[in-house]
Amino acid sequence: MIPLNHYLIVSAILFTIGSAGVFLRRNLITILLSVEIMLNAVNLSFVAFGRAAGDVNGQIITFFVITVAAAEAAVGLALVIALFRHKESLNPDAFTSLRW
Amino acid sequence: MPETLLFYVLAGVAIAASVLVIGQRNPMYSVMLLIASFGALAGLYIQLDAPFVAVAQIIIYAGAIMVLFLFVVMLLNAPQEDAAAWDRAHPLRQPGVLTFGTLLAALLIVELVWALGRTLGLAAPVAGRVGPATVSSVRELGRVLFTDHMFAFEATSVLILVAMVGAVVLARREEDR
Repeated sequence: MIPLNHYLIVSAILFTIGSAGVFLRRNLITILLSVEIMLNAVNLSFVAFGRAAGDVNGQIITFFVITVAAAEAAVGLALVIALFRHKESLNPDAFTSLRW
Repeated sequence: MPETLLFYVLAGVAIAASVLVIGQRNPMYSVMLLIASFGALAGLYIQLDAPFVAVAQIIIYAGAIMVLFLFVVMLLNAPQEDAAAWDRAHPLRQPGVLTFGTLLAALLIVELVWALGRTLGLAAPVAGRVGPATVSSVRELGRVLFTDHMFAFEATSVLILVAMVGAVVLARREEDR
């Protein structure tokens, strides 16, 4: 049987990869994808803890995280589209002014 | 031990695909690789006796959210990173900085693996205490979701509505206003 901490280690590695992606990449879409990696890493932790405790609440909170991730992706991508229309760039360093 | 082997294969696929996601310069490849990572994670959820979460992961994440990302990538026809000259001359683009950041991330991974690996009480088998029937029942999931978490569920529907309206307003062209 697989111990609980192996799932947590996978989750920790995925979360670190996601946070490294947010810091290292300079493309708004890739940064949003890195945020999705982090959300999924946390989902894996929730489900693994819920399985170990024999409780369905670990899975319930995963549904809420998925829903919030969908809302975040929709609003985030709408912002990316609006920003791209103004600057013709996806680089976060291109957006330095508070208003145009 | 086929299921132990399957766990390590799925975990390896998820981690390798995620590393490749942040290693790509072309966002199109990143989205495709992230779908592979989510598929492997769905396999891990099935191993954790959470088949409903696994199916939701495939349908909502890999199906809906990633298609939304693909639409935006194709719609914008975005330039690759490093397209602009001012970007190539950016101080954070100097070669040492990227290596330093990657090293810090690798250090954080080593630290977390070390800490989680030696924590007592987490080393017990994940399926040891209770049988799979108590957590894999969709009936029980639905009962808890619609009774104990009723308020959060309804609040989520408002959140989705707000996100929908917000996305439409934000992505509208200026001249349409």
